[in-house]
Amino acid sequence: MKLTLEFGGGLELLFGSVKIHEVAVPPPEGETKVTVKHLLLWIRDNLLKERPEMFLKDKSVRPGVLVLINDCDWELCGTTEAVLEEKDTVVFISTLHGG
Amino acid sequence: MGRSCEVCQKNRPALRRPKTGQQVCRECFFCAFEDEIHRTIVENRLFKKGDRVAIAASGGKDSTVLAHIMTLLNKRHDYGLDLFLLSIDEGITGYRDDSLETVKRNEVQYGIPLKVVSYKTLYGWTMDDIVREIGRKNNCTFCGVFRRQALDRGGVVMKADKMATGHNADDIAETVLLNILRGDIARLARCTAITTGEDSVLPRCKPFKYTYEKEIVMYAYFKKLDYFSTECIYSPNAYRGFAREFIKDLESIRPRAILDIIKSGEDFRIASTAKMPEQGICKRCGYISSQECCKACVLLEGLNRGLPRLGISRTRASNKEGPKAESNRAKERPRSISLDF
Repeated sequence: MKLTLEFGGGLELLFGSVKIHEVAVPPPEGETKVTVKHLLLWIRDNLLKERPEMFLKDKSVRPGVLVLINDCDWELCGTTEAVLEEKDTVVFISTLHGG
Repeated sequence: MGRSCEVCQKNRPALRRPKTGQQVCRECFFCAFEDEIHRTIVENRLFKKGDRVAIAASGGKDSTVLAHIMTLLNKRHDYGLDLFLLSIDEGITGYRDDSLETVKRNEVQYGIPLKVVSYKTLYGWTMDDIVREIGRKNNCTFCGVFRRQALDRGGVVMKADKMATGHNADDIAETVLLNILRGDIARLARCTAITTGEDSVLPRCKPFKYTYEKEIVMYAYFKKLDYFSTECIYSPNAYRGFAREFIKDLESIRPRAILDIIKSGEDFRIASTAKMPEQGICKRCGYISSQECCKACVLLEGLNRGLPRLGISRTRASNKEGPKAESNRAKERPRSISLDF
């Protein structure tokens, strides 16, 4: 599944200082859907360059990291259970850096 | 999803507001966000018509949104304020020089003048110099103490009547907790005040006192505001980091927790028997201080005399102590005292 991922608010530093990543995420074996939960694991294993604890905590993002799916707060789409679709854009923004 | 905005009942919702739990669309969010800050400013009488107001600007998310909102509300509601941006150049290569570029762009974007005050000019030392001298252990103490004073001095030089800072609800909740954890009763009593130093030359206020960090970042994202978000290259304050994480964990379970902690802070009644430091004036520089010499002067003296631990260890250093006493103390476990508010 083709997705656009964007990291901001300092999170890009964990991804080689690259903000926008065009990626292809395969669904988990034996399934057709890609959930955000699956995407987070895929990011951890395939994209994240350093300090995973700055991005993930207990199978979700670290509290203080905002997630938007197609510019909509993920809290309105079911957070980690949200099902992604082809060409969706997922944005991750840290609120934890500086003021 | 599939529901519509709980305010206009029309558009697709864009976020859930942490304060109210409401699902709102982008436009209704902008309105609510701006109106609430306007109400905070009016109800607490943060400014008077004609005030010259320094906006403490670091180039980060909070101060960038603050600069945007202050210029917007000043025009929309005819506050009659004379606004300018005030930035501190701590002299941190690869960090502050980059974020100052953001502030310089803000100067153009918001059409208000910018004044930059540097540690080098005020103190004769940049943070890079200080870290070379003292290492990376207590540098945040120097930076915090120097910044607070530098902002005040910059504001006074620029003839400001007030200073507005970007401290948000999450920051204040965090500070309430930290002051409890440190047993710092004097700061606990004043850290929730929306305006501080009312009888000083330059009172400070916090228009974002009730504004959630999540909403500030969402607002900046949706409005595509230009802000800087790299972490300081000199390690962050670890103790504060734990408190921050704790607040964020609480928020993810129950978002109102942040406002409730602020309320708890506001409603604390400090026992009349509690010993409070008396505010006086630094005999060297004239800055407000509860000691004979203010913290900045003590730290600066330490740097200039080659005794950088002066003013950092818990036991108060007096002028009588020579290098010997200082080197003895250096062997003790360092306990830094941070001064953020």
